[in-house]
Amino acid sequence: MAGNISLSHPASALRLATAESPVARAVLITITTGFFALFLLLPLAVVFQQAFSKGAEIFFKTLQDRYTLDAIRLTLLVAAIAVPLNTLFGLAAAWSLTRFRFPGRSLLVTLIDLPLWVSPVIGGLIYVLVFGAQGWVGPWLMERDVRVIFAVPGIVLATVFVTFPFVARGLIPLMQAQGVSEEEAALTLGANGWQIFWRVTVPKIKWGLLYGVILCNARAMGEFGAVSVVSGHIRGKTNTMPLHIEILYNEYQFAGAFAVASLLALLALATLILKTYAEWRAAQNLRDL
Amino acid sequence: MGRIGRRHALPGFGLTLGYTTVYFCLIVLIPFSALFLKTASGGWEHFWETVTAPRVVASYWVSFGISFLAAVVNGVFGFIGAWVLVRYRFPGRRILDAIVDLPFALPTAVAGIALTALYAPNDGIGELLKPYGIKVAFTQLGIFVALTFIGLPFVVRTLQPMIQNLSEDLEEAAACLGANRWNTFWRVIFPALMPALLTGVTLAYGRAVGEYGSVVFIAGNLPFKTEITPLLIITKLEQYDYSGAAALGFVMLTASFFVLLLSNGLQSWDNKRKGLG
Repeated sequence: MAGNISLSHPASALRLATAESPVARAVLITITTGFFALFLLLPLAVVFQQAFSKGAEIFFKTLQDRYTLDAIRLTLLVAAIAVPLNTLFGLAAAWSLTRFRFPGRSLLVTLIDLPLWVSPVIGGLIYVLVFGAQGWVGPWLMERDVRVIFAVPGIVLATVFVTFPFVARGLIPLMQAQGVSEEEAALTLGANGWQIFWRVTVPKIKWGLLYGVILCNARAMGEFGAVSVVSGHIRGKTNTMPLHIEILYNEYQFAGAFAVASLLALLALATLILKTYAEWRAAQNLRDL
Repeated sequence: MGRIGRRHALPGFGLTLGYTTVYFCLIVLIPFSALFLKTASGGWEHFWETVTAPRVVASYWVSFGISFLAAVVNGVFGFIGAWVLVRYRFPGRRILDAIVDLPFALPTAVAGIALTALYAPNDGIGELLKPYGIKVAFTQLGIFVALTFIGLPFVVRTLQPMIQNLSEDLEEAAACLGANRWNTFWRVIFPALMPALLTGVTLAYGRAVGEYGSVVFIAGNLPFKTEITPLLIITKLEQYDYSGAAALGFVMLTASFFVLLLSNGLQSWDNKRKGLG
């Protein structure tokens, strides 16, 4: 930009030629705002408007309903298992894939993303084919009275599958960009593996890690397609919040469905705020290096 | 102390790679092989019969065709949006920028019922469009709306860093050579952003093809008209037709694989172009 001044052109003329006219600018901003409002803000606003459309009484009654509470409890349980598992995996994957070179490395990086690109329905289907009544180990498990499909373990597995890449794909580019010089310095100073990890790596990646964990959690609590395939929709037993929304909606209890949906919409808003903050801190961290 | 001289002597390689591989095999690879084996166990004839049944073929048109239209529309508006968010400063910009990721954060079932409420004939936008004879919810247009919602962030988020890294020197050079803004855009800016735009559109398409939650509520799910392929997989599972469900899963998986291949190819094309430039 400093080049502008040294040129013989008046700065304003050059700015005019390298930027859109004020009219074009206004039109483009209007298009963007309009499109985003129509496709993003309006659907979000509708959730809250519909949740209270039959009054606050229905809203709070739905949220205190036994089945709603069961659904909330199951959703929290599933996220409490799936998120730590995938966080541990993400850390291990990022460490092995960014700190070392080995054959098949880039293939593994690509394959980790796979669950993001297949239909969530397939994420449920593959577990039915393994653990279902006609599946590989389903009959064997059934003889031993262990249920995976149409039970909580299946819901956990399907959720682990769809949230599998989130932490890893947040950490891999970050740790790649940061390099290994600080870890190697710690090593020459005599630190052991765990000391290097906790005292050098974790402080460097904590915002990127938080970013991945937040997205992983949002998806874990909100997953619908994959969980719907393996759940069996047993009220009070295998119903997560998104599945409970579907049941209420199909029973024409619209205000109730939107009441439960509004909780998940609040979660989405909290996710967006935290994510924006974590992104900003992660960028700051990278710049400070 | 003997380790000091070696490069990349950091510990933990065996442990972390071992854990990564085992976990990946358990969660992804083994279940996927079940899908392949189940597809194969049904026999070729059964497979072909399942994946070319008229109702199934109609669902491909709905899933793959409408996803394509939604991805193209996202390409246009996502491009404009990314440009505006990076280049202009205006009140509300930060909020718009943060809200782009809403489709990632909002559970698909919530998006599904919200869009249905918004576009149903007796509500919100649906009511406004009714006098013009435009029906959105429970038609293919409704599926298009849901898939546009789902795909938008892929285009915007792929383009934003590219626009940020676009060298303004080129634009200034074009201006100094007498190009007006319109020519500069089409001859300098757009070609530079083209690979990123195609990547974003491809990713949006890939996501839309497999989408289930946000679509099933607004689609109406009429066979031959508004039935998507993922829903047919669930229908087959409910009828205990496991090999049929596996066959459709295999088709969708193959499609996703090609989409992923295409986006990787586009990215390496872009990198190569940049390397040469």
